[in-house]
Amino acid sequence: MSKKKQRTYQQDIVGDSINSLRKVVEPPKENGSHLMKYLLIGISAAFLFLMLALPLAVVVMNACKEGWDAYREAVMDEYTMKALQLTLLATVITVAVNTIFGLFASFLLSKFYFRGRQVLAALIDIPFSISPVIAGLVFILTFGNMGWMGDVLDKYNIKIVFAVPGVVLVTVFVTFPFVFRELFPVLNAQGKDEEEAAALMGAGGFTIFRRITLPHIKWALLYGIILCSARAMGEFGAVSVISGHLRGKTNTLPLHVEILYNEFNTTAAFAVSSILVLLAVLILVVKSLVEWKKE
Amino acid sequence: MYVEMKEICKTFDGFQASDHVSFGIEKGQMAALLGPSGSGKTTILRMLAGLDMPDSGDIMINGILVNDLPGNKRGIGFVFQNYALFRYMTVADNIAFGLEVQKKGKAEIKERVEELLELISMEDLGKRYPHQLSGGQKQRVAFARALAPRPGLLLLDEPFAAIDAKVRRELRNWLKEMIGRVGITSIFVTHDQEEAMEVANQVIIINQGKIEQIGTPKEICFHPQTEFVSDFIETDRWIV
Ligand SMILES: Nc1ncnc2c1ncn2[C@@H]1O[C@H](COP(=O)(O)OP(=O)(O)O)[C@@H](O)[C@H]1O
Ligand SMILES: [Mg+2]
Repeated sequence: MSKKKQRTYQQDIVGDSINSLRKVVEPPKENGSHLMKYLLIGISAAFLFLMLALPLAVVVMNACKEGWDAYREAVMDEYTMKALQLTLLATVITVAVNTIFGLFASFLLSKFYFRGRQVLAALIDIPFSISPVIAGLVFILTFGNMGWMGDVLDKYNIKIVFAVPGVVLVTVFVTFPFVFRELFPVLNAQGKDEEEAAALMGAGGFTIFRRITLPHIKWALLYGIILCSARAMGEFGAVSVISGHLRGKTNTLPLHVEILYNEFNTTAAFAVSSILVLLAVLILVVKSLVEWKKE
Repeated sequence: MYVEMKEICKTFDGFQASDHVSFGIEKGQMAALLGPSGSGKTTILRMLAGLDMPDSGDIMINGILVNDLPGNKRGIGFVFQNYALFRYMTVADNIAFGLEVQKKGKAEIKERVEELLELISMEDLGKRYPHQLSGGQKQRVAFARALAPRPGLLLLDEPFAAIDAKVRRELRNWLKEMIGRVGITSIFVTHDQEEAMEVANQVIIINQGKIEQIGTPKEICFHPQTEFVSDFIETDRWIV
């Protein structure tokens, strides 16, 4: 019975809710409480300054403290470059895997009704609720030497733990709900009517996806990809556990920063951090562009 | 009989949505599936269209057993309850879609789209998007889109439910005339007895997944066979 309710509900909201969601909510007319307004603005500004602007400024200032040459040396360092490469590699693979996976999962869970869909949806969210460090440990326990699949992997000479595949795997694990989470509500609100209508006219699965589903989800998809990339680049905990910190081999940028910092090489640590900051700013710009285009 | 349902049963998680449903509709008829909300009307329409599969029973369309035939091979046009227009396509592209997936020629598609836009008196609105249309216009587009591939059977699910009362009557007459002009066998679902009586020449009354009575509007009005039918149509009898 409840399933049916869902279907009708979806049918009812298909058209209008989407439009109403897009409408910008007008702030209520001001009624003289300027004090409150400025107080809130002040608090927000102070908070943002303290929590965001100040730390970012510190990163940049410390990175440049010893001058341009020192900065360049730290950034152009062989190990830094290797770490950057690995971070980008892990990010690209992660985003590709999670995009495909997120598309399939959100499509399945929003368009088909079957026993256990709630369970599946909850499973997909697990990485959000598990500490990344635990995620890393789980992978060691599964794929490590003493682990559950250790013998099999040993036999075929596949190395996952303390190697690049492990770094990629945990990054995928930690970030896999992002694309799904962005797509699912949008697909769910769309209902299946349009797809059914197209199927009744004889359209195949791929045509339906390309001409009906994709135009509907493209912004959400892009947004999910952006969030996923940002998170994948910055991942520390899980990667830290599984990588083994092998310089030039399994070090990602965040791990490299930590190592430099622990070696009291502060300037270099901040210089390398600034690469991550730069990537983050880049992602932020793309994200703003996407939001602006979407309007 | 152009359409025939024989002893169709369908359950959803143990809930009997169709209970030994049997009826037939002659070619060129306009039939109404009338019943209260939740009585199983949409389910019947979806099974005819191949969107849901019956648990048992047979469906014949145009003399062919279509039980195992996918929906797109049944020669059906379907107008969804909320029209389900493709919202990222223009009106013209909506109408053309069915022909495009059939790989018809460009010229042929263009001609058919223009012909249908003219039929629904929306020649100038082909470039609009669904969200730029009124409810009545959306319905007309949905109708044209369903007709574009020249189906033999038109199914309409509550075609007037989403339209406000003022234009409903007007649209109802329009649709009746259109279907008459095209001459297509049609089945439409409604929970509004007045609507069924006015538009259809055959009314199938359904309650809790069972057929209560089949007949012309007159027969139903003056000779209700079950208590449910007389109760259900009572309120409006004096109008007819
Ligand atoms: N996909 C479904 N899953 C579960 N129950 C359903 C489904 N479709 C219909 N039903 C049930 O079947 C009954 C009839 O539904 P429906 O055919 O949509 O009724 P109507 O169109 O007459 O309002 C409803 O009570 C509903 O609970
Ligand atoms: Mg219905």
